[in-house]
Amino acid sequence: MALMKVKFDLKKRVKLAQGLWLMYWLAVMAGILVFSMGLFFKIELRKRSEMMDNNESHFVPNLLILVGLMACGVNAFGGKICHDSLVPAKFAKWQPMLKFFLGGCVLFNALLFFTALLCFTMRIALQFTLAEGLKNSMKYYKDTDTPGRCFMKRTLDLTQIEFRCCGNNNYRDWFEIQWISNRYLDFSSSEVRDRVMSNVEGKYLVEGVPFSCCNPSSPRPCIQYQLTNNSAHYSYDHHTEELNIWMHGCKEALLSYYGGMMNTIGAMVLLVTILEVGVMVGLQYLRTSLETLANPDEPENESEGWLLEKSFKETIAEFMEKVKSLGKGAQVEAGEDGQEQAVATVS
Amino acid sequence: MALMKVKFDMKKRVKLAQGLWLMYWLAVMAGVLVFSMGLFFKIELRKRSEMMDNKESHFVPNLLILAGLVACGINTFGGKICYDSLDATKFAKWKPLLKPFLVGCLLFNVLLFFTAFLCFTMRLALQFTLAEGLKNSMKYYKDTDTPGRCFMKRTLDLTQIEFRCCGNNNYKDWFEIQWISNRYLDFSSKEVKDRISSNVDGQYLMDGVPFSCCNPSSPRPCIQYQVTNNSAHYSYDHHTEELNIWKRGCKEALLSYYGGMMNTIGMLVLLVNVLEVAVMVGLQYVNTALSTLVNPEDPESESEGWLLEKTVKETFTDLMEKMKSLGKGNQVEGGGEEQVVTTVS
Repeated sequence: MALMKVKFDLKKRVKLAQGLWLMYWLAVMAGILVFSMGLFFKIELRKRSEMMDNNESHFVPNLLILVGLMACGVNAFGGKICHDSLVPAKFAKWQPMLKFFLGGCVLFNALLFFTALLCFTMRIALQFTLAEGLKNSMKYYKDTDTPGRCFMKRTLDLTQIEFRCCGNNNYRDWFEIQWISNRYLDFSSSEVRDRVMSNVEGKYLVEGVPFSCCNPSSPRPCIQYQLTNNSAHYSYDHHTEELNIWMHGCKEALLSYYGGMMNTIGAMVLLVTILEVGVMVGLQYLRTSLETLANPDEPENESEGWLLEKSFKETIAEFMEKVKSLGKGAQVEAGEDGQEQAVATVS
Repeated sequence: MALMKVKFDMKKRVKLAQGLWLMYWLAVMAGVLVFSMGLFFKIELRKRSEMMDNKESHFVPNLLILAGLVACGINTFGGKICYDSLDATKFAKWKPLLKPFLVGCLLFNVLLFFTAFLCFTMRLALQFTLAEGLKNSMKYYKDTDTPGRCFMKRTLDLTQIEFRCCGNNNYKDWFEIQWISNRYLDFSSKEVKDRISSNVDGQYLMDGVPFSCCNPSSPRPCIQYQVTNNSAHYSYDHHTEELNIWKRGCKEALLSYYGGMMNTIGMLVLLVNVLEVAVMVGLQYVNTALSTLVNPEDPESESEGWLLEKTVKETFTDLMEKMKSLGKGNQVEGGGEEQVVTTVS
């Protein structure tokens, strides 16, 4: 019993072929869109790879780029087939390939769905990468004279300004590391010496943050140093003051930025998958309707088109039999070779 | 003697009409481009109108928007004429309109050239507007509790961060105004009282700048306060220190940003102008080629096309004569009526 049989006359076949050709061109543009989204995502990851300690995995954007290119190729080929299907002579040369092409389309759609799933789940991996990377960024903030790390200060400052965040989880992270380089500390001053000695590791820790943590929306000039000391500043209470510096941590800010990007890309890839499944179904109908023409030389005849030749269960059963027979055939061949060897030994 | 006469046969006429139709569609897209550039320019001016004291003139972007819309309309109409010119019956209904339409195109091209010229010269007007606006912005920087000015601090901070500039002409402008609000000054403190009493206007002036002047590329944490006092900071010389705060003034930075934008827009409008002149010339040729068919009933016959029916001098004198006759006609009519009235009465 064929699955979802539909009757076709010439007019309907021509309409199907034309509509499908249009959809294939839309699918080519969708493939270009997926490719460009993968490229954009890759560039965004590279831009901030210093925040992620250069450890971020580029697997998902690379997969998106590959899938986009494949989609363009597969859909352009499908469009060509649809264009030729209106002329029986041209269609005849494509006919033997079509079954394999449709099998390939099924595999490609599975890959597309897998890619969309990855986009949604990559967030978890990014969370760990960002936590580690930002911690190191802050550690190397003061090393503006060390080759390879001299731009870390600038990158972190620009990130905090752009994403409106301060520190890793919040601004107090800056209190726990030395972010002022020793080159700019006056070690002859008693204040500096006291602070360095009071610390176990000999670090110069302050209750202050860099200028990039400052919030421009604050009504008063930015208070960067002695943040938790209310008496150091006039009319200041650090418990109630919310607009002075950014309250969010950069890990949270960057995660929500990349998370939003990945959710959007994942949603679009899902839509593209649906479109691809649509054109694959359409191509199957076109193929079956052209193959079942009672008289191939009379294109005006009626014909039937279906999704699967037998019911779903029977198709799966047949497929399993085919796979098994292929396996048995390989065994038998090996067995025959063995027999020949036995013959050789006998003779 | 006709100017730039060209012989046309059927094939050549069809090719001209088709090519011109394509060019008209390109010109429609060019019109859309001019419109969108005018819109973009208008939005950019509105975004920073606080820096210009809300006094900036929107004449140029409005003119660009208008020119873009007019271009779209004219070019669509011209394209329609070209499309119909291949069919003799359809073209016949457009024929009487063509001469006024071409004159309209000529006036529109003059307007477009004038717009491009304005784009290049608007920079001077902007210079004065910016100087005044930025000075006031800095003056109102501390007034974060005054309604209508409470966002000036935020706008100026974000501008200095984005355009990498400090102050009006340079960072020393901040030393001459009080940018810290009185609400955050402890008037019981001796230091504050000394500073205010040492100043004629009673302002709290200091050699410090806001945090938005800080340069992230500096290797050391930002030095905002006591910028000119070398002894206040370890290993610091404000004469040689170049990376600490931005050296540029915001007037120069904003001017170069808007100047670059206006130069690009002016250039593009000039190119669109050249395209419009070309399609106008092409339409004139189509008009004359179809009007001078040797055998009006036979579309396959040869014809001639030209740019002007007579030479430039003769056309010009013709135009002057026509205008004079129009003026004389009015006078004669006026005189005749009066005479009739007086004779009757």
